[in-house]
Amino acid sequence: MTSVKMTVNGKSVSGEVEGRTLLVSFLREQAGLTGTHVGCDTSQCGACLVHVNGDAVKSCTMLALEAEGAEVATIEGQANADGSLNVIQQAFQDHHGLQCGFCTPGMVMSAAALLKENPKPSETEIREYLQGNICRCTGYHNIVKAVLAASGQDVGAIAAE
Amino acid sequence: MPKDSGIGASSKRREDVRFLTGAGNYTDDINIRGQAHVYFLRSDVAHGKINGIDSSTAEAMPGVVRIFTGKDFEGIGGLPCGWQVTDRHGEVMQEPPHPVLAQGKVRHVGDPIAAVVADTAEQARDAAEAIEVDLEELPAVINMKEALKEGATKVHDDLTSNLCYDWGFVEENKGAVEEAIQNAAHVTTLELVNNRLVANPMEPRVAVGDFERGTGNSTLYTTSQNPHVIRLLMGAFVLGIPEHKLRVVAPDVGGGFGTKIFHYAEEAFCTFAAKAINRPVKWTSSRSEAFISDAHGRDHVTKIELALDADNNFTAIRTETHANMGAYLSTFAPSVPTWLHGVLMAGNYKTPNIYVNVKAVFTNTVPVDAYRGAGRPEATYQLERVIDKAARELGVDPIALRRQNFITEFPYDTPVAVTYDTGDYGATMDKLEEMADIAGFAERRKQSEAKGKLRGLGINCYIEACGIAPSNLVGQLGARAGLYESATVRVNATGGLVVMTGSHSHGQGHETAFPQVIADMIGIDESMVEIVHGDTANTPMGMGTYGSRSLAVGGSAMVRAAEKVINKAKKIAAHLMEASDADIELKDGAFSVAGTDKSVAWGDVCLAAYVPHNYPLEDIEPGLEETAFYDPSNFTYPSGAYACEVEVDPDTGKVTIERMMAADDFGNVVNPMIVSGQVHGGLAQGIGQALLENCVYDENGQLLSASYMDYAMPRAADLPNFEVDHSCATPCTHNPLGVKGCGEAGAIGSPPSVVNAVIDALNSGGKDVPHIDMPMSPARVWAAMNGAAATGHGTAEGRSLGGASS
Repeated sequence: MTSVKMTVNGKSVSGEVEGRTLLVSFLREQAGLTGTHVGCDTSQCGACLVHVNGDAVKSCTMLALEAEGAEVATIEGQANADGSLNVIQQAFQDHHGLQCGFCTPGMVMSAAALLKENPKPSETEIREYLQGNICRCTGYHNIVKAVLAASGQDVGAIAAE
Repeated sequence: MPKDSGIGASSKRREDVRFLTGAGNYTDDINIRGQAHVYFLRSDVAHGKINGIDSSTAEAMPGVVRIFTGKDFEGIGGLPCGWQVTDRHGEVMQEPPHPVLAQGKVRHVGDPIAAVVADTAEQARDAAEAIEVDLEELPAVINMKEALKEGATKVHDDLTSNLCYDWGFVEENKGAVEEAIQNAAHVTTLELVNNRLVANPMEPRVAVGDFERGTGNSTLYTTSQNPHVIRLLMGAFVLGIPEHKLRVVAPDVGGGFGTKIFHYAEEAFCTFAAKAINRPVKWTSSRSEAFISDAHGRDHVTKIELALDADNNFTAIRTETHANMGAYLSTFAPSVPTWLHGVLMAGNYKTPNIYVNVKAVFTNTVPVDAYRGAGRPEATYQLERVIDKAARELGVDPIALRRQNFITEFPYDTPVAVTYDTGDYGATMDKLEEMADIAGFAERRKQSEAKGKLRGLGINCYIEACGIAPSNLVGQLGARAGLYESATVRVNATGGLVVMTGSHSHGQGHETAFPQVIADMIGIDESMVEIVHGDTANTPMGMGTYGSRSLAVGGSAMVRAAEKVINKAKKIAAHLMEASDADIELKDGAFSVAGTDKSVAWGDVCLAAYVPHNYPLEDIEPGLEETAFYDPSNFTYPSGAYACEVEVDPDTGKVTIERMMAADDFGNVVNPMIVSGQVHGGLAQGIGQALLENCVYDENGQLLSASYMDYAMPRAADLPNFEVDHSCATPCTHNPLGVKGCGEAGAIGSPPSVVNAVIDALNSGGKDVPHIDMPMSPARVWAAMNGAAATGHGTAEGRSLGGASS
């Protein structure tokens, strides 16, 4: 077992892990942050997506030890300081961009990374960027709409409801 | 003017807040102090004899608590099947045992052989690798046609053959159908495959078993759509635990789509092992494990014939289907190709003679059971494909041909045993034609052709029977359970309500939509109503959520319970206002006496019920809480018309969905936003089936598409924006809300329109291609365009009954 220490959502978190422990397992089991989900074992679904030093990372593709000293952001740290939903989260609720909620943390974190990189993405750019996040419930229609809305763009072009 | 609350309002979903902030409580988020973890050692061959298991090395490995094998489950019940089909000769189906852990033989890749319980999941997995299984591989049967041949290897030695049942429906109609086909002016025949799929909810299955030594009570936390059903099946048939000593909790569940209805071995194992080792036992499926242990869906091979008279009226339909059951009978597997499929074969059309034959077959593959739509997509697909093929053969407009044969008078008794209560198929088709701008299609096709692409337009209709189901009817059809739903409405002393429902939400938004109904009934704010579901300890015995039944059946139970509450509250209000019960009206959260200005607020009546100082104690009990069980008198019959426009690249065979439109009749709609979302999701799964998804076994029974690297899940860039409409509403005539159910429609209605569109595109390019099996991958489309048979595993080739599927 090896000690590992990182900052998660602004708080210092440390623990003892095996070399093979994945970052997602560390976050869920040791940091107690169960909002980050595991939906596959081939790094395809994106339910485990978090930010590491500002970059979007599937936390099943990274060992916990590789995150030593890193700044990690998860879904639990995304709401506004007063606890209200942030712009992206609110847009997902407003536009029904989630159903069962399981892929949602990864989707929100992915959308945040997209908008940081590209503040006004087109619908095509959104669909292409989200290729690494699988949702089985929504058919993506309302997710795309939510991301467009979160970027402050008109969603009128996408059919209502 | 859209409403902003109550029935008809697109109320924002309250459950979203916890899901959007990482505060959901999914089963894998549950950890119980002292829990051990289990890893299942699964068969890596499709068929084999277990000559011995040596776990001595594994038992000595770090952290190992105990290793279980089939021996530990001798004398324990197998997983029960919930539906018994009687075949066309009056014999009941062949029903093999389904042990929790393999007994002597393995019958599909993924069949669990041993279970290692250890302190950590990693230790359990490490130890499982050290177990030596002496497994003698046997020949496997994968192909249904081969499985039925004389002398074929048997999946179950104790059965007479691999035929589960040979079902005829309606057997008495067989002769009339044959006669009508012989006398027809035209008969269109089509052979097709309804491809095997994996439901793939994004949350893999999880089970946590717990045993409380002090009380002798067992608890199972599980990813289920119906915790009461699991409690009943597991308690009564597998482990012998009475229901009052067993609690089943299905907390937040990350999607189900049917595959989380069934009772699985891992649930029984964790519950059993927790008692055996006196520690909680947790199992979390990996996705790879899910592919070989979750029940699969579809997998039908069908030949359908449609007979028409000289005026193009449909005169008869005959279909013959081989339905794959896999290696064991999953909970509701026998019902899917029969009672959820045969009764739908009339579709939207007044065809007088229909005969359906289904042969259910055991193979060395993962069990197959209900997946979104369950039987109804298979019925719709063959019917709407053969109608399109007939229109092409006869040179008539496919919309006109459908319209000409629409059922227009309701109620309508079909020749396949059901009565459609209401519908207006012309209205949804009118709406679809408007949405699809069919008049502008020729111009759009020209634009595509200018880019070197072929453009096609496909349309289809669908009908579904959902809101399942009348218990007395399904009992006659072989169900071993009732299919009512329950609700308890508890009013608190200060006026807020809790509805404890037997329905279960795993994405459908019950926590938001159900309060909209109650809020309207009483005239209070939606936020005063809370929904509790998913825990057998605090909800009445309910049958759960599947078959688009939550609002139609569970919502109706809630309405009935709320009516009882309101009736009692009116008596209390009458007493408080010294009036007659009959004169009391409830509106906008207040009771008033008709024709007077007397009124008393909802909250004051609730308080009086619990602080009964001034109360008619001689007539009624204190308290305000009522339970209702609602058993529907018929199925509900949502219907609609769908259209798809595709572009096909003639150089590569790649299909792109350009437009997808759905006009549905769901009856009354409680939350339009949620309903549209349900349709979107169904469309995505239907398009996935048509273009991308396929479960592929090789001839040895190895599942080749066993991860997201190989099973093509629809992703954001694979799908278009959807245009959906549910303004054509003919309310259901037999439930109190007039609702029909919307969860499965998109998945039922969309595959035929996609295939019809591709066939239309190819024909527009001069390619006389009558049919391509799903999924229409570039390779298959290209092959069809170039006159070659699409080959490869999982295609019609090798599995179809009559050679080329044309």
